[in-house]
Amino acid sequence: MSLLKGAGASLEAAKERYLASFAQRDAQGETPWSSKLRQAALDSFAAQGFPSTRNEEWKYTDVRPIAELDAQTASTQGLNGLATGGGQAFNFGELQTHRLVFVNGRMAPQLSQIHELPNGVTLGSLAEHIAGGSELVQEHLGRYAVQTAPSPFTDLNTAFMQDGVFLHVPNGIEIETPIHLLFLSQPGEGATVAYPRNLIIVGASSRVTLIEHYASTHGGEYFTNTVTEIIAGKNANIDHYKLQLESEAAFHVSTTQVQQERDVHFASHMFDFGGRLVRNNSNAVMGGENIECTLNGLYLIDGKQHVDNHTAMDHAQPHCNSYEVYTGVLSGQSRGVFNGKIFVRRDAQKTDAKQSNRNLLLSTDALVNTKPQLEIFADDVRCTHGATIGQLDEDAEFYLRARGISKEDARGLLVYAFANEVLNGVRLEPLRAFLEQQIFTRLAQR
Amino acid sequence: MLLEIKNLHAAIDGKEILKGIDLTVNAGETHAIMGPNGSGKSTLASVLAGREEYEVTAGEVLYNGQNLLDMAPEERAAEGVFLAFQYPVEIPGVNTQVFLQAALNGIRKYRGEESLDAMEFMQLMKRKMKVVEIDDSFRRRSVNEGFSGGEKKRFEIFQMALLEPKLGILDETDSGLDIDALKIVANGVNTLKNSETGFVVVTHYQRLLDYIVPDFVHVLSGGRIVRSGGKELALELEAKGYDWIRGDAAEATQ
Repeated sequence: MSLLKGAGASLEAAKERYLASFAQRDAQGETPWSSKLRQAALDSFAAQGFPSTRNEEWKYTDVRPIAELDAQTASTQGLNGLATGGGQAFNFGELQTHRLVFVNGRMAPQLSQIHELPNGVTLGSLAEHIAGGSELVQEHLGRYAVQTAPSPFTDLNTAFMQDGVFLHVPNGIEIETPIHLLFLSQPGEGATVAYPRNLIIVGASSRVTLIEHYASTHGGEYFTNTVTEIIAGKNANIDHYKLQLESEAAFHVSTTQVQQERDVHFASHMFDFGGRLVRNNSNAVMGGENIECTLNGLYLIDGKQHVDNHTAMDHAQPHCNSYEVYTGVLSGQSRGVFNGKIFVRRDAQKTDAKQSNRNLLLSTDALVNTKPQLEIFADDVRCTHGATIGQLDEDAEFYLRARGISKEDARGLLVYAFANEVLNGVRLEPLRAFLEQQIFTRLAQR
Repeated sequence: MLLEIKNLHAAIDGKEILKGIDLTVNAGETHAIMGPNGSGKSTLASVLAGREEYEVTAGEVLYNGQNLLDMAPEERAAEGVFLAFQYPVEIPGVNTQVFLQAALNGIRKYRGEESLDAMEFMQLMKRKMKVVEIDDSFRRRSVNEGFSGGEKKRFEIFQMALLEPKLGILDETDSGLDIDALKIVANGVNTLKNSETGFVVVTHYQRLLDYIVPDFVHVLSGGRIVRSGGKELALELEAKGYDWIRGDAAEATQ
C-alpha cells in the first residue's frame, strides 16, 4: 500500500511540475485560437494527471520513469554535430524523398529538402501555419486524437506542441515521391523533451506515402511525445510508415489518429526497434463504407526495452475491412505489450476484421502481455483474432544447420522469416532493405 | 575409411535406443540399413547428423579420421556429411532460394572458398535441377512449405545434388514414394556415387535397393546390427520378414 501511495505521490509531483512549466513555455507564434487549444488540453491533463498502472489502459506500462524525468524542451536552434546535409545517415539508400527534419522538436530548414510538388499541395512547418492562422489547421487540429482515445500524453502534446509537418493535399492529386519526416534528438544541457505534432489532410482520390522516422544522434535519456493526425478524404490512398529508432535510453509516447471517409485505402506499418519505454496508441476510425484499413507493426527489442502497442480499429460504418498483424521478437529481459481493440458499431454490418499478434521469445526472461479486445454491436460481421507466444522452432533450426548454415545465421533467418509478414507490407523497396539491415544488425549484436 | 562407427550407444530422454553399433563405410561403398520399426534406424541417422536431443552415452564415430561427434551440425555439413531427412521440416517465410544460397555459401565459407554470386548460383542450380527433375517454381516458395510428400523427398535429393556431400545418409527417403518418384530419387543418388563418396541408405523396403544397389546390407534390431551381408540379404528379408532376425537379436542379447 505504501508503495502505491509512493507511486501516486510521484505522479502527482510530476503533474504539478508539468502544470507549472506551462506558464514558462515559449509562446512565440501562438495565436488566441492556439493558446485556447493549449489551455484546454492542459486543463484536461490537469484533470487526469499521469496514469498509474491501476488504470486499465496502462496496466502493464508504468510511466513513472517518464513522468519523473526532469526534462526541458531544448531552446536552441543549434545543430551541434549536425552539419547541413549531415542527416544523410538517416536516409534509406537511394530512396528519393521530400525530407523535413525536426531537431529536438523544432524544424531544421538547413537539413530539410522539399522537391517540386504538384500545384495546390501544402507541405511545411505546422507551427508556421498555426502562426499564420490557417483555417484548415484550425478546423482539424486536435479534433480527432482527443475524442477517440483521450490520453494525458496526447493532452500534454497539444498543450506543449512545438512543430511538425502540416501537409494538405487537395483532391485528385498523387504525390509520387514519399514524404520523409525525420525527428532527431540531439544532446541538450540536460534531458530534453520534444513534442512533435503532425497534421496530414489528404483530399478525395489523392495518394501519398509518409514515413515518420524517430532517431537520435546520441545514446542519452530524453522523451519524445508525439501526435500525428491523419484525415483521409473519400477514396484517398495513404501508406504510412513509422520508424521508432530512438536511443535505447529514450522514452517515446506516440498517438497516431486516422480519420477515414468512404472508399479509403489506408495502411500503416510501425517498427519499434529503439527506445527504453515506448507506448504507441494507434487509432483508426472508419467513418464511411468500403474502407480497407491496415495497422501492422513489428517490435524487435532486447535488454530492458519495453514496447507497448495499443491499437483501436473503429468500424463505424458497414462494409469495411480491417487487417492487423503485430509481430514481436523479444530478447533479454525485454517486455512487449499488445492491446488490440476492435469496435464494431451498430450500423457497421458486413464488417470483416482480422487481428493477430504473434510473439517470438528468444530468451527465458522476455515477457509479453497480449490482449485482444472486441466490442461488437452489429450482428452480421466477421471478426477473427489470435495471439501466439512461442520460441524458435528447434527442428527448423537443426534443419538449416544440417545444411551448413551457422547457428547464428540459422536463427537470423528464422527470426527474419517470422518478421517477414510485416516487412512484406513495406512497398518501398529501399525502405524494406533499410529495415532488413536494421534487423540483421540488431540481431547480430545480441 | 570414410566413416567408422565403434560401439555407439545413444539415448533420448534417458532411454537407450542404440546399444552398441559397429559399422565401417569406405569411400565408394553403399550400405543399406534395414530393420523393423523402433529398431533405431532413424536414431542412428539423427546422431550422425548431430541432433542435440540424442545423448551419446558410449562409443565413437570417426569421419575421415576426425571425431564426428565433436562437430556442430553445420560443421558436419561443411565437412561433407548430408542427411536426407525422413520428415523434412517446413519453414514458412524462409525462401527456398535464399536458403540454398545460404547453405552453399555457408559451406564454401567454412572451406575457405569464395561465395558464389547470384548469377553463378543460379547457373549451378539450373544444372542440378535437371538431375531430380524439379520444377523451377519451387524457388519462389518457402522451404518445404506446402510441398507434397514426394516433393519434399525430391527436394532433399536436390539439396544433396547441390551440396555434393562425401557421405550421404538417406533416412527412409523412399517411404511413401511412387515408383516414378523413387526412380528420380535413386537416379539423384546414383549420379553422386563415385569412388570418393559413400552412402548409408536407411530403408524399410527392399524395393529402393533395386535402384540404389548396395554393397552391404545390415539389419538393425533392438539397437544393434544383428546381421550383415550382401544385397541378397535384402531379398531374404523381403521374403521372410523380420521375425527370424528378431530371434537372432534375442539370442544376441543373451
